[in-house]
Amino acid sequence: MAEIEVIDSSGLLTEEELNEFIRHAGHLEHPREMIIDILRTVQKNHGWVPDSGIELTARILGLTPLEVEEIATFYDKIFRHPVGRHVIHICDSICCWSRGGEELAAHLQQRLQIEFGQTTADGLFTLLPSCCLGGCGKAPGVMIGQTFYGELTPDKVDRLLAELSQEAQE
Amino acid sequence: MRDTPQLLFKNRRPGETVFMAGYRASGGYEALEKAFRQMSPAELRELVKASALRGRGGAGFPTGVKWTFFPADKPGPKYLVCNCDEMEPGTYKDGELLMADPHQLVEGMIVSAYALQTDVGYIFIRYAYEKQAENLRRAIAEARDAGYIGKDILGSGFDFELHVHGSAGRYILGEETALLNGLEGQRPNPRLKPPFPAVKGLFGRPTTVNNVETIANIPHIINGGAVWFKDLALTADGSGTKLFGLSGHLNRTECFELPVGIPLREVVETYGQGVWQGRKFKACLPGGASTPYLTPEHLDVALDFSTLEAVGSRFGTAGVTVFDDRTCMVAATLNLIRFFARESCGWCTPCRDGLSMVRWLLETIEGGRGRPEHLAMLKEQFHNISGTSFCALAEGAMGPLSGLLTHFEQEIVDHIEKGGCPFRS
Ligand SMILES: Cc1cc2nc3c(=O)[nH]c(=O)nc-3n(C[C@H](O)[C@H](O)[C@H](O)COP(=O)(O)O)c2cc1C
Ligand code: SF4
Ligand code: FES
Repeated sequence: MAEIEVIDSSGLLTEEELNEFIRHAGHLEHPREMIIDILRTVQKNHGWVPDSGIELTARILGLTPLEVEEIATFYDKIFRHPVGRHVIHICDSICCWSRGGEELAAHLQQRLQIEFGQTTADGLFTLLPSCCLGGCGKAPGVMIGQTFYGELTPDKVDRLLAELSQEAQE
Repeated sequence: MRDTPQLLFKNRRPGETVFMAGYRASGGYEALEKAFRQMSPAELRELVKASALRGRGGAGFPTGVKWTFFPADKPGPKYLVCNCDEMEPGTYKDGELLMADPHQLVEGMIVSAYALQTDVGYIFIRYAYEKQAENLRRAIAEARDAGYIGKDILGSGFDFELHVHGSAGRYILGEETALLNGLEGQRPNPRLKPPFPAVKGLFGRPTTVNNVETIANIPHIINGGAVWFKDLALTADGSGTKLFGLSGHLNRTECFELPVGIPLREVVETYGQGVWQGRKFKACLPGGASTPYLTPEHLDVALDFSTLEAVGSRFGTAGVTVFDDRTCMVAATLNLIRFFARESCGWCTPCRDGLSMVRWLLETIEGGRGRPEHLAMLKEQFHNISGTSFCALAEGAMGPLSGLLTHFEQEIVDHIEKGGCPFRS
């Protein structure tokens, strides 16, 4: 335990979050179940999960970095590389496909001047394809951060991008 | 429009979520009070069995029967896990339920846990449902304040804790044993069965995994009784109401609570308000991305588990995705196969390599480079993958492929003969 107390979370977790995770891990019979929780919190604070985030998670839970890494890399909503300020997940599954999802994806790539997996030069947007987002009745849709936007058209998506760019400048 | 009693969507109002006060005003937690004060766990399990409720997570296994496999009397930790992964394209009903009325699931979890004598419950929820997860956390806190969660609930001597566990994407987590691995913080590949989770589940202990809608139905069954619940369905084989999530080429794509056994035509014409842009109905997925297509000849079939099986499809999750007459069914199937191939966990060869092969074949045919032998190769892959995969993901992927081969083989032939997609001008 003494070792854990000297963990440096170097901005990946707040002091409070770190202490809460350590306390919680101490109460659980199987602390491993917290892996995704910690990784998601690191990502919320830092935008993505750097190597130091994997190591930090491993130390809190008493695991090896490799054990954390093999979990982190399984999930497509955990980023192991830097991403833009806003990650746009565009749904490419069947309901969105049936209502103009491909056209919307092409429009987004053209508007942002990037391909899937890339980040805009100003670091504002990363574009990623995603499977169904659970908004199938409001197709086509995207998720930005953890907010779903549905019934999109190229015009509506342009307005959304403009709002987010505007926000970033304020 | 039908006069279907609204159980699960009773409190649904556009853009609103009902919490404790509103839930109580609608009769919420009366079932829990009744269960804890008047019924034994064994009586509750009998009631659920008599209601003929079938699992709403896709496979449709009778819930009461599943519960009889559970060693409720075995001492030591046991778990109730609620599956809210809901990542199958076309399926969004559980998300709608949790946006409208999260206490239903919380009440259902508590009484189900009591029936099964499990001391800890987890609600496993997908990454994209952050708002729903917040709703659940608030509802759980309210239930705890009311004395429904914690130690010695209503003086019954029964203790129960309930946690929300957030995921981070990947469809395979919906498969119940992969979900258990994921929840434990292990790599979420499915587990070999047997042993089934009822014997050896979460952390090696007896575990029941049930869908959100399944569990949300339990309080209603306690309130209304098994016979009442069973008779809500329109067909003798069915039971209860069902949340139908409409999507695709319909004028109205919303989620409705309708009786099990409602004819497809009524769902399409009355609730979906017909096919969009004045076009014709060509096909639909009746129950999510893993179900074989229905065609116009099926418009009068009753939507329930056994009727749909009899016509070569599946009720699944009742996510009805409709395609109009301008849809290329090769392209639609390609989209679906791409989803399954990308979401494969890679554990077993029929799925990892077989789905990639199917995807390649459909890409080649749709792209105008198809040759006559490719149709035979598709059939061969269908045959190779069916029944051979480690879990039901690859089996599910064979749903739309089987629909394509059964109902739209001519479209494949047309692509090959024309050297391109006849639907793209
Ligand atoms: C690939 C795959 C994904 C699944 N996804 C879900 C899901 O998101 N939600 C769900 O309840 N069941 C899902 N299932 C079915 C579950 O494995 C399990 O049968 C179900 O949760 C049992 O609950 P029920 O009996 O209440 O339906 C999935 C199955 C497979 C093979
Ligand atoms: S069928 Fe697919 S998802 Fe299931 S175990 Fe095999 S590779 Fe993994
Ligand atoms: S298919 Fe796009 S949100 Fe479900």
